[in-house]
Amino acid sequence: MYNLLIGGAAGQGIDTMAAILEKLLKRSGYFVLTTRDFMSRVRGGHNFSLIRFGTDAITSHSSKLDGMIALNDETIALHQSALKTNGFILCDSGLKTAHPSAIKIDMDIMAKTLGNSRVSGNIGLGVVLKLFGEEITLVAEVVKSFFKEELVDINIQAVTAGYNSVETRFPHLNGHFGGYMTISGSSAIALGAMAAGLKFYSAYPMSPSTSIMEYLALHSEKAGLVVEQAEDEIAAVNMAIGASFAGARAMTGTSGGGFSLMVEALGLSGMAEIPLVVVDAQRPGPVTGFPTRTEQSDLKFVISASQGEFPRMVIALRNQEDAFHQTFRALNLAEKYQIPVIILSDQYLGDATATVKPFELSGLKTERADEAIDGGYLRYRLTEDGISPRLIPGKTKHLVSADSDEHDEQGWITESAAVRVAMMDKRMRKLKALESVLQEPEFIGPEDFKVLILGWGSTWGPITEAIKLLNAKHGNLYAALVFGDVYPLPKRLLIEKAVSAYDIINVEQNATGQLALLIREQTGIQCTVSILKYDGRQITGEEIVDRIEEGIRK
Amino acid sequence: MSTNAFSTYETAWCPGCGNFGILDCLKTALEELDLNPSDVLMVAGIGQAAKIPQYISTNSFCGLHGRALPAAVAAKIANEKLTVIVSTGDGDTYGEGGNHFLHNIRRNVNITHFVHDNQVYGLTKGQASPTSDEGLVTDVQTTGNINTPLNPVLLAIAAGAGFVARSFSGDKDQLVATMKQAIAHEGYSFVDILQPCVSFNKVNTFSYYSQRVYHLDDSYNVTDKAASMQKAMEYGDRIPLGVIYRESKPTFHQKNAVLKSGGPLLDRINEPEVLQKLISSFI
Repeated sequence: MYNLLIGGAAGQGIDTMAAILEKLLKRSGYFVLTTRDFMSRVRGGHNFSLIRFGTDAITSHSSKLDGMIALNDETIALHQSALKTNGFILCDSGLKTAHPSAIKIDMDIMAKTLGNSRVSGNIGLGVVLKLFGEEITLVAEVVKSFFKEELVDINIQAVTAGYNSVETRFPHLNGHFGGYMTISGSSAIALGAMAAGLKFYSAYPMSPSTSIMEYLALHSEKAGLVVEQAEDEIAAVNMAIGASFAGARAMTGTSGGGFSLMVEALGLSGMAEIPLVVVDAQRPGPVTGFPTRTEQSDLKFVISASQGEFPRMVIALRNQEDAFHQTFRALNLAEKYQIPVIILSDQYLGDATATVKPFELSGLKTERADEAIDGGYLRYRLTEDGISPRLIPGKTKHLVSADSDEHDEQGWITESAAVRVAMMDKRMRKLKALESVLQEPEFIGPEDFKVLILGWGSTWGPITEAIKLLNAKHGNLYAALVFGDVYPLPKRLLIEKAVSAYDIINVEQNATGQLALLIREQTGIQCTVSILKYDGRQITGEEIVDRIEEGIRK
Repeated sequence: MSTNAFSTYETAWCPGCGNFGILDCLKTALEELDLNPSDVLMVAGIGQAAKIPQYISTNSFCGLHGRALPAAVAAKIANEKLTVIVSTGDGDTYGEGGNHFLHNIRRNVNITHFVHDNQVYGLTKGQASPTSDEGLVTDVQTTGNINTPLNPVLLAIAAGAGFVARSFSGDKDQLVATMKQAIAHEGYSFVDILQPCVSFNKVNTFSYYSQRVYHLDDSYNVTDKAASMQKAMEYGDRIPLGVIYRESKPTFHQKNAVLKSGGPLLDRINEPEVLQKLISSFI
């Protein structure tokens, strides 16, 4: 397994280099995991991508570097302490650094000689490919998919020039992931929604959710779905509700600040029983916080948001594959139970690209709630499971109504105490019905564990790696439960495993341990130790191990 | 078709409320246009005016205060075959919903928007609205409203609306005619309907309006934008009623790459090959 950093100022081409390199490495057979760390600016500052690649699945990034491509001196200053002993620093000879591990190449001069100074990044890529013992043959086909036809030749020349300027340092390893996808969390969410028959997406741009809208917009014509940029988040969510009411599967996406504006509308979806899916791609708060960084601090917020009481579901995405399947599932559940379903993602997951087996479409079933009604139609008919028959206006001879006031079975405004109680109970019965479709958290590790780690959402990756590392050192002591479905909270596996745990440790990217609070509220189970990280950066598997071992020492 | 197709129900409005006239005219307009109740969607927010969908036999969506337009526009995007009519008040539209009013003029989705403008907040019992006269005394504006009232007709024309009209709940023939034209117009059509609020607005009463309104006649050119803006600014002792401005503009559906052909969005079937290709592009 190798770990590479590409760093520089915003605007220097880090993203393009990382995208090409990860594609090349994956085609060469490696499992690749790329994570992105960037500032809230368009030019300048310091951004970097970490590309970790190996022959087995990788679930966490790492801070220890085998090499770095430094596009400026600042990158070296910031990251040199993370360089392993035989690590390298690849940079242009124009940089000031005299670091002993520096491989200085005349990339800018070579690029000018080739005729375009902007190809210097690809010269660097060629160097990297040779250092890691890769074949030059893959380059042509990958370059073709990134550059316009007229630029392909010069970029292939650039990579080749870099390739020929160094000797191999690290052996190529044989992986079997050549035919897999490299996909980001955001793209996976978009694909999952499309697979579920999404027809309408309305949103207001907000980091880190904008990339979902961009992916859907890029393919909207082909996919026959309308993407509309709303004038504000309140419009975005109300449009999604209106489209859904009129029979088009709809979704909106935002981050915590935008979700705050959507809160009243959640209640509209709950009260009028109109299917709605909202993606909250979390970032550090409160308010503006760190716009481009990561956190998972909206859990309690989205579970309770909006005045009054109504049923909802909350699903946290654990990895890129989960992002596809759970978004697909969310749209189906929202429609079947006629509730708002909130998907919790975050910047780390949204922007990271992982290697995933190509999504299988054949087994996926989209469940539409189509009803044929005999006799009169009661939109909010009192039923045993709380789910009333739902017709689409204009597609039936019956009249369909939706109302945000308390209403009777017909959908007409009422002040009656008895009707109110009947309707509230009917709606809340849906939560009971939901329990039968909940998915238990993923159990990771040996059955005879002693210490149980609890997590949710994107800490799945770091926790998965931490369990491996811990058990390799300390024997089969550690296991974990990582939650996807968080509300209603699946309890069976949690209660079963908690019984045999000597210690229960919650690992979360927030300051108050929100999962621990939720679990205690719902089951009485208490976490004995909390590992919390809220500096805007995702915890690594190695960091979880360090903090647990530090705790043992104390 | 039965003249009772758009039947009405017992209302919660005060006797003498302008909403009665508006409801009556709406029912007549819909019948005269020979529309099927199940093909009509009334959308409202919250307010006295916004109760109107409860009192007429059509599909209805009563959502959040100020947020009728986003829901209405999206419902039309989902199913262009629906006749979508937003019917709601001046507070709902110009206050809470101001941002949506502005930006949906820009979208030009083919819906109709009737604003019941009684220049006061009725449901919440008498506060000033965005169109209240300066000096109106209320329980909140205790020494009289000091904010300049919005001129919604002027605002709509300036923002680019393609059909802008003003009517009066007491002039029912004119109102029915205007409603029919508005519904027939291709694109966003906006009608500010003046009406009295017998309980909370003692200034802009039925006789106040009756003394001031007059009909624009055939000599008025509805397609001259600059002249229309001048006409829109004429508001005080004389209040012109009728279509103030009209322009034929491409609608949202005609401009949108997905909607311009292929029929109603909700009926479209996704080709699995499309998604398969997208998945392959990540390999």
